[in-house]
Order: sequence, then structure tokens, then C-alpha cells
Amino acid sequence: MDLFEHQAKELFARYGVPVPEGAVAATPEEARAIAAELAGPVVVKAQVKTGGRGKAGGIKPAPGPAAAEDAARAILGMDIKGHLTRRVLVEVANVPAEEYYAAFLVDRAAGSFLAMCSASGGMEIEELAATDPGALVKVPIDPLRGVDHETATFIVTEAGLPADVAGEAAEILVGLWKVMAGEDAVLVEVNPLARTADGRVLALDGKVTLDENADYRHNRPADDTEGGDDLESRAKAKGLNYVKLDGSVGVIGNGAGLVMSTLDVVAQAGAKPANFLDIGGGASAQVMADGLGVILSDPDVKSVLVNVFGGITACDAVADGIVAALATLGEQGATHPIVVRLDGNNAEAGRRILDQAAHPAVRQVPTMDGAAEEAARLANAAA
Amino acid sequence: MSIFLSKDSRVVVQGMTGAEGGRHTARMVTAGTNVVAGVTPGKGGQVHQGIPVFSSVAEAMDSTGADVSVVFVPPRFTKGAVLEAVDAGIGLCVVITEGVPVHDSLEFLTLARQSRTRIIGPNCPGLISPGASNAGIIPADITAPGRIGLVSKSGTLTYQLMYELRDIGFSTAVGIGGDPVIGTTHIDCLQAFQDDPDTDAIVMIGEIGGDAEERAAAYIEQHVTKPVVAYVAGFTAPEGKTMGHAGAIISGSAGTAQAKKEALEKVGVSVGRTPSETARLMRALLEAA
Repeated sequence: MDLFEHQAKELFARYGVPVPEGAVAATPEEARAIAAELAGPVVVKAQVKTGGRGKAGGIKPAPGPAAAEDAARAILGMDIKGHLTRRVLVEVANVPAEEYYAAFLVDRAAGSFLAMCSASGGMEIEELAATDPGALVKVPIDPLRGVDHETATFIVTEAGLPADVAGEAAEILVGLWKVMAGEDAVLVEVNPLARTADGRVLALDGKVTLDENADYRHNRPADDTEGGDDLESRAKAKGLNYVKLDGSVGVIGNGAGLVMSTLDVVAQAGAKPANFLDIGGGASAQVMADGLGVILSDPDVKSVLVNVFGGITACDAVADGIVAALATLGEQGATHPIVVRLDGNNAEAGRRILDQAAHPAVRQVPTMDGAAEEAARLANAAA
Repeated sequence: MSIFLSKDSRVVVQGMTGAEGGRHTARMVTAGTNVVAGVTPGKGGQVHQGIPVFSSVAEAMDSTGADVSVVFVPPRFTKGAVLEAVDAGIGLCVVITEGVPVHDSLEFLTLARQSRTRIIGPNCPGLISPGASNAGIIPADITAPGRIGLVSKSGTLTYQLMYELRDIGFSTAVGIGGDPVIGTTHIDCLQAFQDDPDTDAIVMIGEIGGDAEERAAAYIEQHVTKPVVAYVAGFTAPEGKTMGHAGAIISGSAGTAQAKKEALEKVGVSVGRTPSETARLMRALLEAA
């Protein structure tokens, strides 16, 4: 789960990493009140989980409370790369004299953690890595040892941060590592880490991604989907592993790899998939009904493809699930053609169950490629 | 022969007295696996499903000569279970559990690298050497022994490919798992299949996210002389959305299926557009050989 900037900064502050003074506002009036309390120039920043806020006009300086209110009015409700802005962070404006970069992340290739640090922060890090790779220092972090002051000093020195801020920056890195380890984060990034004109070093921005597998051992804020797709929220509430896409063939399958593959095969058959939905190993009637319910209420869907390879899952149980799901859904279940491909464990029994049920919406195709072609054809014919 | 797992493997199941552990132990035994012990702390001395239970992996190894462990314990206990197996010096530890925090995985993977234990997983279906042994949850009845080796991040895609090539059969199929950090990689399996005299050809299944497939391509170019066909899932996946597996996410221009396909084709690997086409490519390669 990605955190908003203000949530990341709250964590930073808790672990002793200096951040600008500020607070979050949901209305222009709140923004004005916060600015009045902070006294002096502020900056008003859109709270969305995407980059490029500045370019999109989502970050505005304001000399005082009235200007902060105006800025918040302009920013709240703004759509930034598909993310609706529902809150702004109002904080004391700090003019950076120098901008650095610091991050900890999981290095998949090395099976370790990695520290990245640069004396040239501010710009997008992908851009820095592409234009001046030598300016970005990467240091592997031993998961058993973590980051102590000595390691942190080595990192900032290697990155070429000025000697007079190295001590302070190293302390900040130690604090950021404590966020990483203490909060079960998979990414902690500060860009820019700034030195202000009056010589302080602080995190002007913050990005934190938490490992959801560790939710059980932390007291975490609920994932705020920023008013994300309604279908995704509904699916999530039902515990479904669903991602909305922009095509017309609804897809249900078992196993993440097989579902991803099914989306590709639909695309190769000349249609676009409407969603990713992995019903996992169990594939009970309830999960199937919930899944079909979400997919059939997607107005973009013209046909549905159910692609199951029974491994542990038995296909007769899946077929029972489909029949029961269609009974639960009633008329809604008959609105679009449903192409089913069952293979693997007890496939013949499963096919027989569907044949006998003879639901008018259901048709069976024996192969994955053939089923995808049929679903694509039906979707295109209905478009 | 086979890789990592043979008919001589002596398997201990950690978490055997739990529902999942018990169910899959029975399936493993039916598949011919020599399951010699179960481990559940505090339940040592019991017999479960006809198999002796020990309180620790070390005791199970001492008493039964177990050399492979399969871990079915819940995520919050997984780190402890794996570290116990590593400390006891087991040769292979297969971690089926899904949902292990990545900080826990990195801790046990780092310690395992400094030991003699190979880890497969976490969040994987395990591995099967058909007709010999099955350590995990891959269905044993899809295919018989044969001369194809398979390595994959995904469970059901593994089953699909095994099914498509069931008449030819497999030496070993390894599901390495869909998590961002895992103990055994595509490259580890490619190396083992290359060295295995009873594997003639290799199927490699990848998916979006990370750069494991690109690194595998570089390895194949340098070290693999056996024919390899590949399949990559996730061409239609959008940027920034996790596709089921925690590791399956495209960030920026990194991790796309197209980049992986190109990297593999550049080193002479045939890449199928669908699982069926991948199977056809493998057939064609074997017939030409």
C-alpha cells in the first residue's frame, strides 16, 4: 500500500526525521486556518498517490492564509493522472538551497535491501539514473545488520553530499531505515532531501510503500483508494482479487499467472479484457457469484470468459459454483454470454454439470485459445 | 534423474497437523513421496495420518534422515519455521505459505544463503519430479515422468503447460513463486536443468515485474546449451497495478512482458504468444532434435 505524502511525513516525524511543519486539509477553509496558524509563507500540496504533481499544477506556494485558501480551492478536486485530489497538505514553505535524494527499497535481483542516494535530488529519479547514472550511489543493505550510523555515513559520503551536512544527513538515513524496518515498508524515498538557506536538512517530500503482508502486526490506516473505481472498491469489499481494465471481455480465472495469460490471449483474439479477476484455489459458488456479479455490473462488459485449470481445485466444484452463481444472480446472469473453459482435475464431470444445467447464457469451449476467441467474437459482435 | 528432488528424498512436513498441511501431506504420499515426518512444536511423539510428528526439524532429521522440508505454517510463523529448518541444516526447504512479510523473507533468505539450505519460495506451489516425489501442491496426476524441465513463477500456468505436454512428460517442474524476493530463481533452475543428464529441454514461464527473465536470458546466452522455450504472461497488464502476485507489477518502463520477450528472443529462445503455442514450439524443438 502506498501512503500519501502527509502520512509518510507523519511516520518520518515519529522516527525523528525532520519534516516541515504542516497539517492536512480537506476544504479551502481548513487550509486557510492551517496557514494562519503556521504564520508566514506556506506551500499547498495535492495529496495524491502519483508523481508529477508539480507539473500538473497540484503544488502552489501561498504567501499567507488568503492565498492558501485560494490555492486549496484550485487544487482540491483536481484530477492528477486519474487521481482525484481530496486533500491538500499545507506546510511551511522551505526554500531549498541544495536538493539531495535518499531511498531504501527491496532489491529483488539481489534478494536484499538497497540504499540509493544522490547529491543531485529534486528531479525524477528515473531521469537522474538515465542522464547521470554516476550521480546515483547504490549500496546493498544486509537485512540482518540494517543501517547504523557508520553505514549511513558511508552512503552519504559515497553519494558526495557536502561534508558539512554529512552528519545530519546520515542521522536522517538512520531514521529512514528505522521507518523501513519498524513499519515493514518496502520503499522509503525522500526527494528532495533538502538543505535550506539557513542550513537545516529536512525531508521536503516523502514516499512510503508498506508491505500489506505485514498488516497483521501494525496498526495501519485503511487503504484510501482516492475514490478509485467503484467496481474495484466493491470487489475489494468482497475480498476479490480484481483489477479494472478498459476493455469489453470480462475475465475470471484461477491463479494469477493463468489470469494474466488469459487477458493476453483475449487481446490476441482481437478484443480487450475488461478486468483481471483471480478467484484463487477455492473457487466456491459464493466467490464465483461475487465475481460474476462484479463483472456483470461493469457497463463496459459485453461477454464473459471463465478460464479454469483445475489443479487442486476440482472442475466439478467450479461448475457447481457457476450454476449456483447464475441461480443467485437471476436475470442479471442472463444479460451477457458466458464462455466457459474447464480443464484439468475432474474437467469432464464439470463440463457435464454445465451441459445439464443448460443455462442460456453459458457456452463451453474446450480449449483456452478457442474460448478466448469465442468470447472476443461475442464481445465485438455486441459492441 | 531430476533436479532438487528425487525418489530418494526424505520429506518432513512443517505444519503437517494443520488442515492444509494434513490435506497436502496425504496428496504427496499418494503421489509416491517418501514423507518420513511431520513437525509441529509441542506435538512431538504423536502420530498423524500414520506419520510420526516431532517438535522440531532437528529431531525429525535425527530420527528419520529427512533432507527436504515443506512448509505449510501460517505467514506469521513462517520465518520461525524456516529458520528452524535452516539451523537444523536441511538441504532443501520448500516454502508454500503465501503472504509472508518481505522483511521476514529477506531475513531467512539471507541466513539460508550463508548455510547449506536451498529455499524454494515463499508463495510457491513447490516442485514435482513426476513418478518420483512431490514436495508441495502441484497436482501429481497431470503428467508422467519425461525429459522436459519446467521452471515457473505461477502455479496454474505450470499446470497448464504440464497438461499441454503431458504425453512427453517432465523430469522436474519447479514453481519458484510469485513474491518479489524468492530463494530459488529461474537461473538456479536453468543451471540445474542444464546439468541434469535426464533433462533434454527446458520450458521457462515468466511474468511481468522485476527483471528476472532478462537476467535469465543473459544466463541462457552464456551457459545453457539445451533448447529452451519460454512463455511470458502479462502483455495487457497496465502500469502500476499489481496482478495478483505481489511481484507482478510494472513500474515505469521496467518489468514489461514485451521487454522480457525481446530479451529472451535476442538470445535465441523461442517465446510462445500463448501457453498452447509455447507447447507447440517445444514439440517442434523436440521433433527436430
